[in-house]
Amino acid sequence: MMQDKNTEITVGMFVAAGIAALFVLAMKVSNLTEFTDEKGYQVIAEFENIGGLKVRSPVTMAGVRVGRVADISLDPDSYNAKVTLNLYSKVDNIPTDTSASILTAGLLGEQYIGLEAGAEEEFLQDGGVIDLTQPALVLEQVIGQFLFSKAEGEDK
Amino acid sequence: MMETIRSLGIWGLNTFERLGRGHLFLLHLLTGIPALFFRFSLVIQQLYSVGVLSVFLILISGLFVGMVLGLQGYNTLVDFGAEESLGVLVALSLVRELGPVVSALLFAGRAGSALTAEIGLMKSTEQLSGMEMMAIDPIRRVIAPRFLAGLISMPLLAAIFSAVGVFGGFLVGHGLLGVDDGAFWSQMQVKTDWFDDVFNGVIKSMVFGFVVTWIALFEGYDAIPTSEGVGRATTRTVVHSAFAILGLDFVLTALMFGDE
Repeated sequence: MMQDKNTEITVGMFVAAGIAALFVLAMKVSNLTEFTDEKGYQVIAEFENIGGLKVRSPVTMAGVRVGRVADISLDPDSYNAKVTLNLYSKVDNIPTDTSASILTAGLLGEQYIGLEAGAEEEFLQDGGVIDLTQPALVLEQVIGQFLFSKAEGEDK
Repeated sequence: MMETIRSLGIWGLNTFERLGRGHLFLLHLLTGIPALFFRFSLVIQQLYSVGVLSVFLILISGLFVGMVLGLQGYNTLVDFGAEESLGVLVALSLVRELGPVVSALLFAGRAGSALTAEIGLMKSTEQLSGMEMMAIDPIRRVIAPRFLAGLISMPLLAAIFSAVGVFGGFLVGHGLLGVDDGAFWSQMQVKTDWFDDVFNGVIKSMVFGFVVTWIALFEGYDAIPTSEGVGRATTRTVVHSAFAILGLDFVLTALMFGDE
C-alpha cells in the first residue's frame, strides 16, 4: 500500500511538471500573454507600398508596441494596400491626424508600422482611418533615385 | 525465377497480414480504454514506469540539446550581427521540431523497448494465456493501461524537453556568450506563436506517443514467444518507431507549416 502511495505521488509530480512545462512554454516562450489585451479597436490605413509587412506585424508608437496588423488587402479602386490595424483598447487617445509609416527594424529586420501622433483634439475611433501614410522604403527604389540624382548632378 | 516471385508474394502477404493484425489489435485496445477511467490506478502504475522513469533522461537530453543549439546558433547568427535572434532560433527549433521528435525517439528507446520486452516475456511465459484462461482479456487488462499511459506521458515529456531546452539555450546564450537576456526573451515571445508553434508541437508529440506506444505494444504482443523472438521484437520496436516518427514528422510539418 505504501508503495502504491509513493507511485501515485511521483506520477502526480510528473504530470504537474509536464503541465508546468507547457505553462512555461505558453507564458514565457510564446505570445499567449498578449491575447488578454488583444481585444482592441480597429483602424484602417492605406499605403502605396507595404514592402514586406505581414499580418501580425507590430504597430508601435514612440517604439512602444500599441497593436498589431490584423489584415492586409488590396483596395480595388485605388490599387493601394489597405491595412487594418488592431490597436490595444488602453491606447485610446490617438489623434485623428496621426501619421503612419512603414519602418524596418535594423538593416535586414522585419517591417513594422510606426505611428506618429498628430495635434488634433479628436481621437481615432473603431473603424477610423489614418490619412497620412508613408510607404515602405524599397531598397531598389532608393538606390535608383540616388543614382538618378547623382547623374543629374554631374550634368550641371 | 518463379521461386523469387513466390517469395516476394509471401513477403507481401505476410506484411499485409501483420499490418491488418496490428490494426485489429489497435481497435481491440481502444475499446478497452473507456473502462480504464473507472480503474485509473492501473494507468497510474504504468504512468510511473513509462513516464516518470523517462523524466531524468528527457531532462538531461533536453538541457544539452538546448545548450548545443545555443552555441551553434550563436556562431552562425553572430556573422550577421543577429545574435539577439538566438532566443527565436532556440525556441522555434525546440518547440516545433526537436522537442517532439527527439523526445519521441528517446521515448521509443527508453520506454518503447521496455514495453515490448515486458509484453513479449509475458507472452512467452504464458501469463497472457493464463489470463485468458481466467476469462480476463489481457488486451484490456494489461495492454490498454500501458497504451493510455504512453499517450498521456509523451506530450508531457515533450513539453518538459522543450522547456528545459529553452532554459539550456538561455544558460549558454546569456551566461556563456553574453547575449542580452531582455532581447533573448522578448524576441522569442514576438516570434513564437502559442497556437501555430507551441500547440502544433504538442499535437505532434501526441501523434508520436500514439504511434510509438502502439508499435511497442503490438510488437510485444505479436512476438514469437522465445527469447530470440522477444529480442528481435524489441529491436524492431526501436527501428520501426524511429521510421514512423521521422516519416510522420515530415508529413505533419508539411501540413502544419507547409503553407507559410
